[in-house]
Amino acid sequence: MTQAQLQEAANLPSHGTEPPQRKWRDYFTFNTDHKVIAIQYLVTGFIFYLIGGALATVIRTELATPEPDLVDPEFYNSLFTLHGTIMIFLWIIPAGVGGFANFLLPLMIGARDMAFPRLNAVAFWIVPPAGLLLMASFLVGPPQAGWTSYPPLSLIASQAGEAIWILSLLLLGTSSILGAINFFVTILKMRVPGMGFNQMPLFCWAMLATTGLVIIATPVLAGALILLAFDLIAGTAFFNPTGGGDPVVYQHMFWFYSHPAVYIMVMPFFGVISEVIPVHSRKPIFGYRAIAYSSLAISFLGLIVWAHHMFTSGTPAWLRMFFMITTMVIAVPTGIKVFSWLATMWGGKIRLNSAMLFAMGFISTFVVGGLTGVMVAAVPFDIHVHDTYFVVAHLHYVLFGGSVFGIYSGLYHWFPKMTGRMLNETWGRIHFALTYIGFNLTFMPMHELGLLGMPRRVAMYDPSFTSLNRLCTLGSYVLAVSTIPFLVNAVWSWMYGPKASDNPWQALTLEWMTTSPPAIENFEVLPVLATGPYDYGYGDRSSEVNVPFSEAKDPVLSAGPSSVLRAEPDPAVAAHPDDRVGESQNRE
Amino acid sequence: MQGSTIDSAKTVLNYHHTAEATAAHHEEHPDLRIFGLIVFLFAEGMIFMGLFIAYLTFRLMAPSWPPEGTERLELLLPGINTAILISSSFVIHQADSAIKKNNVSGLRLWFAATTVMGAIFLAGQLYEYFHLGFGLKTNIFASTFFVLTGFHGLHVTFGLLLMMAVLWRSLKKDHYNSEHHFGVEAAEIYWHFVDVVWIVLFLLLYIL
Ligand SMILES: [Cu+2]
Repeated sequence: MTQAQLQEAANLPSHGTEPPQRKWRDYFTFNTDHKVIAIQYLVTGFIFYLIGGALATVIRTELATPEPDLVDPEFYNSLFTLHGTIMIFLWIIPAGVGGFANFLLPLMIGARDMAFPRLNAVAFWIVPPAGLLLMASFLVGPPQAGWTSYPPLSLIASQAGEAIWILSLLLLGTSSILGAINFFVTILKMRVPGMGFNQMPLFCWAMLATTGLVIIATPVLAGALILLAFDLIAGTAFFNPTGGGDPVVYQHMFWFYSHPAVYIMVMPFFGVISEVIPVHSRKPIFGYRAIAYSSLAISFLGLIVWAHHMFTSGTPAWLRMFFMITTMVIAVPTGIKVFSWLATMWGGKIRLNSAMLFAMGFISTFVVGGLTGVMVAAVPFDIHVHDTYFVVAHLHYVLFGGSVFGIYSGLYHWFPKMTGRMLNETWGRIHFALTYIGFNLTFMPMHELGLLGMPRRVAMYDPSFTSLNRLCTLGSYVLAVSTIPFLVNAVWSWMYGPKASDNPWQALTLEWMTTSPPAIENFEVLPVLATGPYDYGYGDRSSEVNVPFSEAKDPVLSAGPSSVLRAEPDPAVAAHPDDRVGESQNRE
Repeated sequence: MQGSTIDSAKTVLNYHHTAEATAAHHEEHPDLRIFGLIVFLFAEGMIFMGLFIAYLTFRLMAPSWPPEGTERLELLLPGINTAILISSSFVIHQADSAIKKNNVSGLRLWFAATTVMGAIFLAGQLYEYFHLGFGLKTNIFASTFFVLTGFHGLHVTFGLLLMMAVLWRSLKKDHYNSEHHFGVEAAEIYWHFVDVVWIVLFLLLYIL
């Protein structure tokens, strides 16, 4: 019996009859089921991704020629402002944090739902109105100050659009905080008996670190936006030096949130990758604790590096040194993760399916983004490339090469569980190839453009940059086209794809120990951990049963003297250490 | 692995089929609400923290504080107000002790008293607003003063609404008892939070 069979045998997934299915109408209502909310987040996010992508395509088309001939420069400002805002606040954060965490957390820890299901639904239903509100700014003149919205620029240009931008962001921030409170409490308090912190799947660890950041950092952005709104609407001078204020205070408050926001956007996918890679490499994860604890280290360090965005804002030299060093130190926990993933794949029986391809794509592109991150952390280098296309390249290697590749990897991996249908593998690979080529073609040349000194956020550029820009624009079209196979594949498979079995990847984590899609309350009975989350490749070697001995209140689960688990101590899987023969191979 | 001791048929718990489990699902998880509230208040506290640090930064950068020509803040009324707000925290705690002894009328009495004290605080705050020698846009000190106290006042107002909601619900027979009184506890914790924020605010704006 393999470990997967052992785990499955311990958890009878379905109750014989068909699991109660959701009707399509449920997805358009205020529903408290975390799985419904997850799909609402993912689909809403994806719609905004398409809008943000369309804006990006217009931007790249404009940049195909040095002159501003397609749109007028003012509108160009609005395009990149809304592109950035939508991609960050309406796509990666809702889809990544809201979507995946909602679907996976309760299933992975064996809970029936979130700790606060109604709050969860409230958090989601803030997102579509906030998104529509932001879109409505097109009617009054959209904001032009970039997604960072630095004063004094944001106080001068298209003020009505700016006010809408602030309101929309305050709503999205509230949604994000309410969601994070739910995830935080759920992870800490709702785990199935016998699942200690070190038996949690790594995605849960990643989300624990992410939600911590959301709860600490997002409120500070709200504070900054409140002050900015007063400056904009009431005419105060918080960020205006003529009235005794200081625009740099805004920058500090903004980046206190927005640097951690990078980790809020990418850490969930560190978690996703940590799930996908061991499953499809058929090997235990390398360095479970190293990956788990390095997430916490990244959260902590992520909170004390924000001013690396402000090396050119008159930050004193000694302070720049501090932020330079802390920023570079983040490469250490990140590197630990990368090497752990590589070591997990090393010598594994790798299945090169779409999920795994995107996971490997994630590592390769994210490493580039990470390395350029260390480069821009160095003060002298940063002063040279500040506000050039080098920064644009770095950011997209982190947020597209990282987060979006991670989203795709997760979607290919969990689509069977979410919908009960398999995605088409061939189209998945075509999607990956187009995305990978298109992505690198779009953003790799931007490194050179930045080093040559092409400034970002300007509609026109020196004609000597034309050929590299043409390359970027070409790449962006490939990237735009790459979405089509995915979209068609997802919609078609959802309706007509082959039915998925409960555990198509022979995975061990608990979300696979129920039906596909999971029944409305996830598990018929409380799930039992018969193996660790990553005990792949052990064949019929068995491990300990992961239920606490005697102290838990429930005799069935506690493995206490009267437990069914102890009825006939099998030497291979006995719960009590004295009854066990042979050492467990997998636990530290 | 024949004869495995893990027989899923035996590990079936009947929990799922009990009425309790079905009813519990669409409710918020009862034992975790207080913890969730504390996490929420922590996030709320971070907004104040951001605003406090912004205030201190403006203050440290200013050549003189409050800027030349700003009328000095009067201390008597805000001092009395502070005393009222701080003592209301002890009053609301009496309500908690009362409901733990199943004493609903005690709960109503102490909640009503706290609500009145909170309302007096708000009224005093408004009185101060209208009798200050500066307005929102006078200078950076005045702006931060109004935004900080105003944002806190918003929280006080919300606290009053919370307490009135508890009072309203307590009219229903046996809505709160010694076992189930989340609403009472939540309002109390929230009120303590509002109180602590005010103490920091008072020290920063009036004393320091
Ligand atoms: Cu940063």
